[in-house]
Amino acid sequence: MTQVILFNLLNGLIVGAFYALMALGLSLILNLSGVINFAHGGFLALGAYLAYSLMPTIGFWGALLLAPILTAFLGLAVERLLIRRLYGRDPLYSLLLTFGLAFIFQDGLRYVWGAQSVPYQIPGWLASPLSMDYFFLTGYRVFMMIVVALAVAGLFLVLGYTRLGMRIRAGTLDLDTVSVLGVNVRVLRNLNFGLGIYLAGLAGVLAAGMLGLSPTIGDQLIMPSFVAIIVGGLGSLPGTLVGGLLIGVAAGMTTVFFPTATEAVIYVMMALVLIVKPSGLFGDEGRLR
Amino acid sequence: MTFLKNYGVTLLVWVVLLAVPFWFPYVGGYTGLGTRTIVMALAAMSVNFLLGFTGVLSFGHAAYLGLGAYGAGMTIKYLLPSTPLGLLIGVLAGTLGAMAIGAMIVRLRGVYFAMVTIAFGQVFYFIAFRWSSVTGGDDGLTGWKRVPLDLGFTRIDILGNDVAFYYFCLVCLAASAGIMALLLRSPFGRTLLAIRENERRARFLGISVDQHIWLSFVISAAFASLAGVLYAYLDNFVDPRAFHWQQSGEFVIMVVLGGMRSFWGPLIGAAIFEVLQDKLSSFTDNWMSLLGLFFVLVVVFFPRGVLGAFGRKPTP
Repeated sequence: MTQVILFNLLNGLIVGAFYALMALGLSLILNLSGVINFAHGGFLALGAYLAYSLMPTIGFWGALLLAPILTAFLGLAVERLLIRRLYGRDPLYSLLLTFGLAFIFQDGLRYVWGAQSVPYQIPGWLASPLSMDYFFLTGYRVFMMIVVALAVAGLFLVLGYTRLGMRIRAGTLDLDTVSVLGVNVRVLRNLNFGLGIYLAGLAGVLAAGMLGLSPTIGDQLIMPSFVAIIVGGLGSLPGTLVGGLLIGVAAGMTTVFFPTATEAVIYVMMALVLIVKPSGLFGDEGRLR
Repeated sequence: MTFLKNYGVTLLVWVVLLAVPFWFPYVGGYTGLGTRTIVMALAAMSVNFLLGFTGVLSFGHAAYLGLGAYGAGMTIKYLLPSTPLGLLIGVLAGTLGAMAIGAMIVRLRGVYFAMVTIAFGQVFYFIAFRWSSVTGGDDGLTGWKRVPLDLGFTRIDILGNDVAFYYFCLVCLAASAGIMALLLRSPFGRTLLAIRENERRARFLGISVDQHIWLSFVISAAFASLAGVLYAYLDNFVDPRAFHWQQSGEFVIMVVLGGMRSFWGPLIGAAIFEVLQDKLSSFTDNWMSLLGLFFVLVVVFFPRGVLGAFGRKPTP
């Protein structure tokens, strides 16, 4: 029993780390630009497929490094060409736009790489279990956790200590003032979008090694990411991180005791949080309206 | 002349709708598609009640479509084979669901409100998907049929006769549209418009904004679940995709395409959308991309919709 619980706890943490990585990207874009990026799952899947295609030439490590960056560049282009037009309009329009993009992504990926899922090769030494007693603790899972932790730490360092990060944080609070102070808000939003998409691409490459690769890989992650943002708190990135891990672990634990409710439990958590504190655990009340 | 000016559009809409079984087949449609269009139009109009006239965006109305559909289907399958009873229970299920969810989200606004409605829609999707012993799971709820209407003095065969079923749906649409129009003209409806135009001012006037939004949400969901009932009756079938956020998104694009803030806009949007989807999916496998592209084009180049293009400029 201990083994089962540990197994699902670890599983929950890993899944939660994916939710968090994806939700952090969504949250960055939502907080600064007020755009719910429905196409986030599409970007995630694209990152994974790019890594899959690049791997034979540049290897596992090269793909891990390069695929998210390429995805981020596409993100910059999409923001520049499409999403930028809709700032300042009713959020409804950006929602519908990214919704349409999500369709195009899913269908496009299916067209290029096929609807069947494809295997994603990870280095042999990473795939083997670390210990015989805890067979589920493969090197890849530990490796994934480390990469996610590094990415999150990197994100918070960028936000906390670089000029770009400070501007993003300031813009989240009051974009007009930041603009008046001479910051080019168009560039800021563009880079911020790219940063969010980079995280999606990275999550995609990592997820491919664990979940396998199919055009709908992003779909199963995007709804829980929304829930992570709501549970963690509106406007709070640390909240989003905690929210993602929390719902991941909750889903993992539910699998042990009541497997049919695995998906539903995170929505129950969301309902509870909304009843007790509508702005989320670490949320900013001012963002309610 | 004043009568024509005030009611001309409504009159035209009803003449066209009443005659659908007679002219639609000649332009490449079929009665089933016509029925589907008015059912989806009812759902889109319910979304517009909230979006266009209260100023609140729900991106999760598929939840109530699905609740209505499963409520009706399960009533006929497990409880009693009766079309009106299925309708009643379906609408009741959707309305009760909306009451509970509405109470939790009514304090949120704008983009956050939309996000929470999306997320809540998924709960029902997973329940329908997982609880397969009752709901049929991924295969959908099958093994039941809508029942011919027995009015005492006469019997209307809405099961065997597609045209009769079309008129049954049209009666439901007419009743719903009538009620929505009356509500919007009432003091309650005017208050909703006031909230849409300026929530803060409405609040300062002493209007209980949250309660009004909640009620508007529930009314809107009730009509969406009525559409869900008809949606299930149409194919004698319902599957978890009725709950999916993709469906919710389609309602919103219908509203925008037809022109939100105009009463009949969603009907036009639904007609364009349904016919387009029907044609696209019959000639290409990649219709999803084309549909997505269509979304993008509407948003970028045609944000005010068909009717909005003629009306006054909506405030951003």
